[in-house]
Amino acid sequence: MATILPVSSILMVTGFGLSLIGLCGILMHRHLLRIIIGFALFGTGLHIVMVATGYVTGGTAPIIDRALGPAEAGRAIDPIPSALVVTAIVIGFAVTAIMLAYAVRLHSARKTFDIGAFTESKW
Amino acid sequence: MIHRVCALAAVILFALIFLRLAGGYAERSALRPLAEHYVSQAPIELGVANIVTGILIAYRGFDTLGEVAVLFMVAASVGLLLQKDDAALEETKERRRRPASEIVMTGSRVLLPVILTFGAYVIVNGHLSAGGGFQGGAIVASGTMLLLLADPGARLNAVALSVIESLAGVAYVAIGILGLILAGGFLDPRFLPPGEAGAFISAGAIPLVSALLGIKVGAELSVIINRFRS
Repeated sequence: MATILPVSSILMVTGFGLSLIGLCGILMHRHLLRIIIGFALFGTGLHIVMVATGYVTGGTAPIIDRALGPAEAGRAIDPIPSALVVTAIVIGFAVTAIMLAYAVRLHSARKTFDIGAFTESKW
Repeated sequence: MIHRVCALAAVILFALIFLRLAGGYAERSALRPLAEHYVSQAPIELGVANIVTGILIAYRGFDTLGEVAVLFMVAASVGLLLQKDDAALEETKERRRRPASEIVMTGSRVLLPVILTFGAYVIVNGHLSAGGGFQGGAIVASGTMLLLLADPGARLNAVALSVIESLAGVAYVAIGILGLILAGGFLDPRFLPPGEAGAFISAGAIPLVSALLGIKVGAELSVIINRFRS
């Protein structure tokens, strides 16, 4: 299957692009929830990149079944990045939950989500 | 203004790094030696058909235990951050929202068992096909989310959820110690017979660990979602 652009390259460019959008969101916005969404996008983009690096040309999911016999294990993609990304997704969820909890606390203290209102912690 | 320029500069620098990384990337045509070993040996050593689950629960089991610990700490710290004083609690009770419409209530009643069943299916099929404890647990928690969205006044039994979650965690560590005594090391699932790869009851203790992980993650995420209710 000779495509012009390999699928992993498309995935990688998409993932990096998503990360850049997330970074823009983190740096440009003043609203706390938008910043958190930026962090989530940044992480998701990097997860896509990590999964893309595990792709092997013409490979299929690393599940031994009718489609992929035990003898032709070389046709599977690299399972290690996939396993690492499962871990990374859970950690990303944890970070997002903590950030949201802090945002709720900050909002209940100042009744605003604008990051400019929280100045006293600046050095 | 200076802020915007700095932010733009940072984004452009990151874009350059990403461009170089993406430009230097070439798709692999063969597996790395470690991946080759996992893909060819996991079905024989562990009897697990889904290699990713094999890596997560057996080869990198300690990592997964740490991850579960992270989830536990998140549930605890979200609870600490969002604890309400009694006055705020009374206030929430005062302004009871009016009940959701008939369609929403019936829809959630129809969908909830389906979602929970699908979550259980994904959890117990982790060693056979795509799925596993974390994924299934997230699906179960999405059922909780639906329940709380459809009926904001619904009360979750947080104490029971905590007890279930702690018991699952204790059982997980106990299985790990059993592996230390009966098999090759901590969290080694081979103390139960591996069976035939692809059968429902196979892969040693992996389905057991997977189910415990699913219960733990589902309960934990439900607790976290419940905490975020105002």
